[in-house]
Order: sequence, then structure tokens, then C-alpha cells
Amino acid sequence: MTTAPATKRNIFKRPEKPYVHPYLGGVILGIVLFLSFFLTGNGLGSSGATSRIDAWIVDAISPSHVDNNPYLLKLAGGDKNPLDDWIVPVFFGALLGGFTSGWINGRLKFTTTKGPHISDRTRWLMAFLGGVLFLYGARMARGCTSGQALSGGATLAAGSWAIMFAIFGGAYGLAYFVRKLWN
Amino acid sequence: MNFPLPEFITVSASNPWTYVVFGLIGFAFGFTLEMSGFGDSPKLAAQFYFKELTVLKVMFTAIVTAMVLLFGAVGLGILNFNQVWVNPTYLWSGIVGGLIMGVGFIIGGFCPTTSLASASTGKIDGMFFMLGGFFGAALFAETEPLFTHWYNNAGYYGRLTLDQVFGLPVGVVVLLVVLMALFMFWGAEQLERIIGKKDMSREPKLRIAGAGVLFALALAVVFIGSPSLEERYQKLTFTRTETIPQLEGQPPIVNTVTYTADEMLSNRFVFVSPAEAFKAKYNQAMNPVYLDVRSEADYNIYHIEGAVNVPLERLEEVIPVLLTEPPANTVFIVMSNDETAAVQAWKILVASSVPNVYILEGGVNNWIAFFGKEDETLKDVRRAPNPAPDQLAYIFPAALGDRYESCSPSPIKYEELEFEAKIQLQLKRDKSGGGCG
Repeated sequence: MTTAPATKRNIFKRPEKPYVHPYLGGVILGIVLFLSFFLTGNGLGSSGATSRIDAWIVDAISPSHVDNNPYLLKLAGGDKNPLDDWIVPVFFGALLGGFTSGWINGRLKFTTTKGPHISDRTRWLMAFLGGVLFLYGARMARGCTSGQALSGGATLAAGSWAIMFAIFGGAYGLAYFVRKLWN
Repeated sequence: MNFPLPEFITVSASNPWTYVVFGLIGFAFGFTLEMSGFGDSPKLAAQFYFKELTVLKVMFTAIVTAMVLLFGAVGLGILNFNQVWVNPTYLWSGIVGGLIMGVGFIIGGFCPTTSLASASTGKIDGMFFMLGGFFGAALFAETEPLFTHWYNNAGYYGRLTLDQVFGLPVGVVVLLVVLMALFMFWGAEQLERIIGKKDMSREPKLRIAGAGVLFALALAVVFIGSPSLEERYQKLTFTRTETIPQLEGQPPIVNTVTYTADEMLSNRFVFVSPAEAFKAKYNQAMNPVYLDVRSEADYNIYHIEGAVNVPLERLEEVIPVLLTEPPANTVFIVMSNDETAAVQAWKILVASSVPNVYILEGGVNNWIAFFGKEDETLKDVRRAPNPAPDQLAYIFPAALGDRYESCSPSPIKYEELEFEAKIQLQLKRDKSGGGCG
């Protein structure tokens, strides 16, 4: 903090600090996960919120479409508010928490994180496609890395462990073929 | 106090604090992920080229830390594991979904929550991933009807945990998972040293002490073990609302009273008369399930129509199903010939956190005495001279199951029945209120 006067004037240009050690980050994350189970009986998650926000949008535009789709019907049928679920405040909390950590640690910056040999546009396209695939898979598996691997892993849920190994298997299996994206 | 706190099990507008609590949990979640570098996609992708295994280290440290604390708290009897959401196992949709997620991970460079940490700090690729996510989830909702049967049934095992899979005590599984994680961390550091060319001598020595603490805690979990059914039963409390009528013109006083499980039995709050048990079938608000805990032989002789036969000694096998399968407004009405076995069953069920369990007052014998009075089909049935306790008090010439008239009394004939209503429906957690659903 040697440039204190400048940083005080512009809160969004703080000196960038290094990431915490992975094991320390893991212990803190584990304590957060435990407290979540301890207080509420629920673990962590986020992909459920994505489909609930989708259902909310569809319900606002075309409620009849919700009534004709059994999956959406479960989330938003009748007078059900798809956003009335624990995972929605967790989702928005996580956005705010990520922002706050980025702010405190001087990492708020409009930029694109990518491998050294691809253009920004390629990266954006791949990020978009990856997002489509990941959330498709997450809804099929009824949870993502947070809802299944982390939360289910900690409660020793058998299916969650299978999902965790499948995620790593899928990623390692394809990694060689897309190595140009990252190396 | 009982954890998890019942007030926070589901979010609801009637208790706005729930939004705050879940919002804070999410905040801590996002904060920790960003702080660990999970907003940076090359750092995440490096995992899959064995250069930097941050993903594995953070994830498995988090899993084992939470697991040891969780099962420690369960073992000490502070946390009720039956109230903790355990993702039900849908093996095949899970594995296929997991493989698709893996592909999404290596192409997109994020997982859903890390994309939140990334997008919220201004990373444009993180925003694209999030946007793609909304399309992917919508695409799933549109295509799910094509394979809905497979999605909901293939490899479905319900609430299944690894200790049940391997037939080991849960503490031993916790210890094995910790050992596996420590071995993986060691392997990860070797890979980082060899492939990632990382100087491991600069890694903090504290991590070895941390591994020791983790191992010691896991050992402690083995020794603490799990609380027995009896210990859980003794800690149970029930809250009931009691209405005391006042003099004319005065509003009645409504009290909330807390009882122990034994008090619920001694005050006979959980015994429902045959009339109430019968009327429950026609009550829109509840979904009664008649659990007949007698032997199969007795069940075959005479049982209430729709009753499910689960002999007392096999009751514990079906508890995971009772906890997860039926809708929230299900009321379990347990019955034996008299009450002894039914009371035993009630104790096992409530100690296992099955909600809304009641006992048929006087059992099947009392049902026959009440509804059998005008049952012509029972005319060949005689009263047993000296029935032993909790045995059928009648001698049946044939085992006709539920084909006697009184097994399914006519709702018209018995439309007007007077009884003291005992059932107070407790709506448990909505199924969709748990997990990532």
C-alpha cells in the first residue's frame, strides 16, 4: 500500500494481491460448507439458480409454455415462484462475494482470462459453449461442481462421488484435444 | 439446540432472515472462490494439464474439512444427519451429466460458481460462460421431456451414502476419504514439481501440520462413532399448538407447547382413533400411509385396505425411503394388533426423523371392534378366548387380507364420525428445497 493516496481516491484501482494458498482457501471453503449444512441442512450450489432464473423468465414471457413443459412446471407451475428457493440468494450472494473479494484484492478489471495462443473472440465463444455444455450437464446430473461434487462429496452421497469422478474424467479425457486453447 | 435450525431449512417470505442467511452463505462462498483464484480460467484449466493442481487441492481440502466437521458434529449428537440434505443417487444421469460437465469445464474454463466469481470481477469470458449457462439450462428444460423416464429412473438409489455402499461404519469411510485426499495432495505436489516445474521448497511447512490435524480429527470421528437410535430418541422434542377455549366472546388462547417423545406417548397425543385414521383418507390436506408392522401372517389374515406391511424387524430398512419418497403432507399411521409393536415402531421412526408419525389407537383389534360391528362378512369370525398381548383378538376361518367389508369402510355409511382430532400436520422440508434442484 505504498501508493495510498492514489488508491484512496480510486477504490477500483487497488494494488493487486496474490491469491491465498490453495489449502488455506480449501479449509475456509470447507468451513463455509460445513456451516451451511450445520445451520440450514443444505450445502452450497449455484446451477439450480440458473435454471430457476430461466424458469422465471419463461414464466414471465409465456406462462403457457411453462404449463406444457414438465420440467419447468415443477419449478414455476401455477402460482409457484421459481425464485423462492434457498439457492437463489446463494447465487446472488456468491456474485456479490466474488465482487467484494476482487475489489478488496485489487482484481476488479474488465479483461479476458485465456491461454496465450488464442484471441479474445475465440475465448469468448469457447466460454459461451462451455457454459452451455456445463449447465446442460449440471441440470442432467442435478447439480454442478458445488451442489454435487462439493456438497454431495462432504455428505458422502454415493451418486455425488460418481459425478465428481465423471467431471474429472470428462475434462481429462478431452484436455489433450483442446490443449491449444490453454497452452 | 438442534441443528440444522428448523427456521433456516427452507427460505420463505414469512421469515425474511432466511434470505439473509442464505445470502451470507453465498457471499462467503463467492468470496472464498475468488480469493483462491477461481475467477481465473487458465489457472483452473491448468489442472487438466497437470501443471497446477489448484482445483483439486481447494476442492478436496474443502470436501474433507467439511466432511470431518459434519460427521464429527453428527457423532457428537449436535447435528441431525437425517435433516441434512444428501443428494439422492441417480447414477446414470449423474455420470452422463458429469461427463458433459467435464467437457464444458475444459472448453469453457469454468464451472458455474467459479464463473460467478469471474464475471463479478469483470472477466468477460466469465460473463460469456454465465450467459452460455442460461442457454444450457434452458436447453435442458426443453429437451428433458425427450428422456424424462431415463432421467428420473435410471440407476436411482435414493438417499445412498458411501458407508452404506461399502458396508463400513461412517467414521471409517471418513478416515479413508481423508487418507485418499492426503495421498492425492502428495501426488498433486509431485506432478506440480515435475510437470509444472514448481519450486516446492517454498511451500509453507504449515501444510504438513494441517495434514496431521486433519488426520487426527478423522481418527476422532472414528472413535466418536454415530449416536444410537436410543440417544437420538432421548433428545427429541415435539412442538404442538394447543387451543384453550375461553368464555363466550373471548378469543381462544393458542399456546405452543414443547414435549419430549415420551411425553407425547404418555399424553397419548400420537394415538389416533380408528375413526380419525379412516377419515384421514378423505382429508384433502393429508396423504395417509398405513404402516402395518405386524407379521406377514397376521397381515394376510386381515388388514386395512391400502396398508403397507413392514414387519417391525424390517422397519429400519425402509426408513431412507420414508424420509425421501413420499410428499411432504404424508401422515404415517402405524399399527400392530394392539399397540406394543406400533409404539416400538413409532419410536424408531421418530428417532430417525420421519415426520408426522401416529399410532392407530388400540391397533387392528380396535379397528375391527369399531368398524366390524356391522360387517356381515365378519360373521364367521369369533373372538379369541384369551388373546396374548399384541396378538389378534379374533379367530379368522380364512386369511382374506383386505377383502372384508370393514377393511375399507364405506365413506357414505361412516360419513358422520365423531373423534378428537390428534393429527397436527408438520410440513417438512420441500423436496425441491434441498440440493441443487
